This record gives sequence, C-alpha cells and structure tokens, in this order.
Amino acid sequence: MNSRERILARIRTAVAGAPQVPLVPSRPAAAATGREIGLFAERVADYRAVVHVVDPGKEDAVITEALARRGARRVVVPGGLPQEWERAVRDHPGCEVVTDDPPLSAAELDAVDGVVTGCAAGVAETGTIVLDAGPGQGRRALTLMPDYHLCLVRAGQIVAGVPQAVAALDPARPLTWISGPSATSDIELDRVEGVHGPRTLEVIVIR
Amino acid sequence: MSGTFLGMPAFPGNAAAAVRDSQLRFNLHKATRTIRGKRAAVVGELPDWGELRAAGKEIKDHTLRNLDRYLLQLEEAVTRAGGRVHWAADAAEANRIVAELVEATGETKVVKVKSMATQEIGLNEALAERGVTAYETDLAELIVQLGDDWPSHILVPAIHRNRSEIREIFREKMAEWGRAAPEDLTDEPRALAEAARLHLRERFLSSKVAISGANFMIAETGTLVVLESEGNGRMCLTLPETLISVVGIEKLLPRWQDLEVFLQLLPRSSTGERMNPYTSTWTGAAEGQEFHLVLLDNGRTDVLADEVGRQALRCIRCSACLNVCPVYERVGGHAYGSVYPGPIGAILTPQLHGMTRATPASHGRGISELDASLPYASSLCGACFEACPVAIDIPEVLVHLRAKAPHPRSERLAMRAAGWIFDRPVRLARTQRFGGRLRRFVPGRLPGPGAAWTDTRDIPDIPAESFRDWWDRTEGSTR
Repeated sequence: MNSRERILARIRTAVAGAPQVPLVPSRPAAAATGREIGLFAERVADYRAVVHVVDPGKEDAVITEALARRGARRVVVPGGLPQEWERAVRDHPGCEVVTDDPPLSAAELDAVDGVVTGCAAGVAETGTIVLDAGPGQGRRALTLMPDYHLCLVRAGQIVAGVPQAVAALDPARPLTWISGPSATSDIELDRVEGVHGPRTLEVIVIR
Repeated sequence: MSGTFLGMPAFPGNAAAAVRDSQLRFNLHKATRTIRGKRAAVVGELPDWGELRAAGKEIKDHTLRNLDRYLLQLEEAVTRAGGRVHWAADAAEANRIVAELVEATGETKVVKVKSMATQEIGLNEALAERGVTAYETDLAELIVQLGDDWPSHILVPAIHRNRSEIREIFREKMAEWGRAAPEDLTDEPRALAEAARLHLRERFLSSKVAISGANFMIAETGTLVVLESEGNGRMCLTLPETLISVVGIEKLLPRWQDLEVFLQLLPRSSTGERMNPYTSTWTGAAEGQEFHLVLLDNGRTDVLADEVGRQALRCIRCSACLNVCPVYERVGGHAYGSVYPGPIGAILTPQLHGMTRATPASHGRGISELDASLPYASSLCGACFEACPVAIDIPEVLVHLRAKAPHPRSERLAMRAAGWIFDRPVRLARTQRFGGRLRRFVPGRLPGPGAAWTDTRDIPDIPAESFRDWWDRTEGSTR
C-alpha cells in the first residue's frame, strides 16, 4: 500500500461512524449600500496608501502628477493598459516607459522605479484591491518588484465586501489581493510599512 | 528543529524558568496587549462575526468528515491544472520527497515562505543534511534563523525578541548568510525592515526553487491560498521556476466560495487587520511555473480518529488563542517546546505525537514527558475558546487529554482513594472528622510525590468541623 492509499484508508477508519455534517449554504452577502466608493477610499487610506478619488476622464492628469511627484524615471506598464492611461504615463516628462514584451527578467523589473496598473476588483469593506493578471495588470511579478505601485480602480469594479469579491473572481487565474503597501508587524507587533513588496501604494479611484 | 524541541524538560520546569526572565515577560506583555486590542477592534466591526465563526466551524467539520473525498477531488483538480501531487504519511517521507524534488532541479539553495508544516517536520534540517540550504524569508523567521533560535509564536515567531536584540542579531549574523547589515543600523523597526529587504533581495532574484505552505486549499478548483504581509511570500510564489508547497491534509476547504468566510475570519483574528497586505491564490502550474504539492499526514489522521480531539484540526493557525492566554502571556512560546505553542499547541502537539508514552519500540511515535505535561499548561479559563475563529473548545480537549495522558502511580492511587471516599456520604463524613482532628499536623508542604503539587500551591486550611456537622450540631434543619 502506498502512502496515498494508507492516508485515505486511515481517514476512512478515523471518521467511520461519525455523524455527517451538512455543508452550510453560501452566506448571503450584505446588500450594497451605495456608499462603497467612499468607504473603499477611506479603508485603502487606513493602510497608509495614498488615495485620490476623481471624476471619469480626470484620472490622466492625476497619473502624470503622481509620477512626477514620485520622481519616477522608468515606469513599467502592463500589456492591455488603456491607451489614455499609458499616454498619461508618457506625459510625465523624462519618464521612460518600459513594457513587459518580451518578458522582463526579475533583475530588470527590480531596476524600474514604478508600475502603473488597473485591477480586477476592489473590496470596499476591507480596502482591498484584487489583481488577476488580466489586461492592464500584467503578470504577478510586475506589481511586486518595483517599489512604487500606482493602481487605478473604476467605480464599477468596487464591491461591498469579501463575499462579492470571491464570487466575482475566477480561481483559475492567479490572484493577488493587495491591502495597502507591504508591511510587517514582526518587530514588537509594531506595524511598519514596506518590506519586500512595493513600499508605496497609490490608488486612483474613478467615481 | 523537529516537531518538538528535543531534550526540553517538562512544561512546569520551562515555565518556572521563563517567568523569571523579566525582559521576556515585558516583551510578551507589550506584544500580546497590542494585538489583543487590534483584534477586538476589527472583530467588533463585523456585526455577523458570530455567524461567520459558526460557518467557519461547520465548513471545517464537514470537510474533515469527508476528507478522503475532498483530497481526491483536490488531487484531480491540481493535476488537471498542471501541478503534481505527492502524499507523505509522515515527516520523514515529506522531507525525502521535497529533498528529491530539489535535487532534481540541481539547486542547492531554496527560499522559503513561513510555513508551520515545514517547521513541524524539520524540513530545513533535513535539507541541510542533504547539502541544501533553506533560506527563511519572513522577517520574524529570518530573525529566528539568524539567531539560531526557536520560534515562540505561530504568527510572530520572534515575539520574544525586542528591537535592540534584533539589531544585535542582524549585525552579528547577517554577513554569515548573505549581505551584511548596514554599519549604522539602528533599532528602529523601519531600519530593521529595510535591512531585511536589502539582505534578501539578491536571494529572491537568484533563487530557482521556493518552498511554501498554504493557509487553504480548495478541493473543487485545486487552488492554493497564502496570506502574508511582507511580500516575501509573493516573491517566493512568483519568481522561482519551481514551487513546492507542503500542506497538512486538514487545510482543505470544499468550495471556492468558502474562502469568503475564512478571508474574513483569519486576518481579523490573526494580525487584527481588516485584511492582511497580500493574499496570493494560484491553481496548479501558474504562469509557467513547475508546481508540486506535498500533502502531509504526520499524525493528523490519528487526531481525526479522536472524537473529542479532532476539533483541533479545524485550526487555521491564526494565533488568537496565544494572544489571549494568561499562561502564554507569562511564559512565552518556548516553554511549550513545540512549533505549536500556546493553547492550540497544548492540544495539538501531544495529539500529533500520539497520546501514548514513547518507548524504544514505538519508532519515534508517542509522547515525551513534555508532551504529557502540555494539557496541564492551562488554567482552563476559556479565553482561547472565546477568541477562536473556528470555535475549537480548547478547554474541553485539554480536560479530555488530561484524562488520556499517562499518570504517575502515586496520583492514580490518590485518585482511586478519593473516589472511594466520595462514593459514600458516610465515608466522606468520617474522613472529614478524621482530617479535622489531625488538622494541626498537616504540613505546609507535602512530602514525596505530593511536593510537586505544593511547590506552587498552599494546602487549604482544614476546618475543625465540616459544614454538615455544624448544620447538625446547631440544628440548622429545625430552625
């Protein structure tokens, strides 16, 4: 008997005779309140991320300004980023735009100053952004190596809570749930932003 | 280190030494008080916390009852998504599988995401024996590894260290493992985190193989889930060409949608945040990576066979029970002598090792003296049960294990005598009268085996007369 068979047999013996426990049906998600956008912005800011809420069409100028303020020289943009956003990145004077086609090595990614992406979903209750490696987001390393991540979230992508986000996402895609900048509480449980992931997260919410 | 730190004396001895360490007590008090406050605030934010907790419990109970079926479903889903699944009955087999997988890549260095399962099986030591160096990348694990220390908390393994101790470890040891700490390193947490970032960056860029655990596995989709804070997890899960995940068989959830419950329960219970900074999920071979999943039993099926004790397998390793435990707060994690300290460790460690005494013939199975003492490392106050996000009744299991643990002959004799006395009112009354007459001769400390009890307790004064005798003498029933 191999270990697979042995483990399965041991499980069957262990639970034989134990009462069956029904699987709880999916829990009803809290209804949308219409306050999601404001709550999302508030909760993202709670993690000490920089948050802007702008009207549609106004985000381009904020992108350019943010990159200028950051002083980003080389910025990576994922394939499928809306053209007007990419143009806004190029509008930042002296900025070299780097694409991931052909794929950049980890060392090359480590050498860029920042990354600009969209997202797959935003969770209002927890201030979380979810990336699914889809268009405008890139593969996972793109939003990991650079020290600065500028992320754009459209109002329609924001859901009320975790249950709605889980229901909306595709588990077949590699997902990254991001709640604020990289952080640690390993030293005296004192929260410090910035260890290995981007130390600065800036979010533009398009209402 | 393996599942239990070898050569550790039993818990009472460890505890007595730990409470005399005032630096340790100060560090622990500060840290546990901070995290308790944070947890209470974010748990209080959710009006349906009680329902979430009940749902978490039921989903886990359902999964454990049908574990065979769900493991097979998971295996099929992971395989379909391009991953390879391996089954390990015990620590030695899991270590061998991982070592062979690493050797097949030709690499001698691997990066690791913090994982309780790999600590439990002593993977780092097993790899070192075969010439493979495992580099811990979680900040607290790095502190423990560099300091040649033991973890003392599930979530924050270096909780027993304060900032100046950490600075000393970094300054003295970082150079031996890679990039040295900056000359002018201060003890500011921000500076220490920066030092860790620089120290590990090169390592992440050059590593071809990573080893992780997982917080959850989804049977229906074959998805693995890792929650973390620093981004070291994302580095390990994303950059290397080969990813090996070692996961206990109880980490399973049936459906993708079940994550909605656990992604709310775990971060709030664990770090006291609405959500941890990073959660990664992947299914099979993601983005062209080679992916291996090692499913680990290592005593879990024994725990599953115990009707009362099996609820310990619901544990999602949040460490809320440690942070609220009055015993843990005072003695710290090392006293438990296991990678699983605190209340959950007191019920998990002895059960994983099997509740019978280790003998030369038991081939490493069986409990040590330390294991046997763990169910007593509690005042049974119940704070752990209240804090547990999956409602593990830890006091119930502690009492259950106390009954199962081996007891010394003197204790068994004393208990049998007490049982005989309490069995009949007449016997009890006579014993009480006899005791009352001898009360002047009762020593402050008991001799022989009883000394262990009176070392930390006062013998209560024996009254001259029992209540019943007083009641009869004063004709209480006729008044």
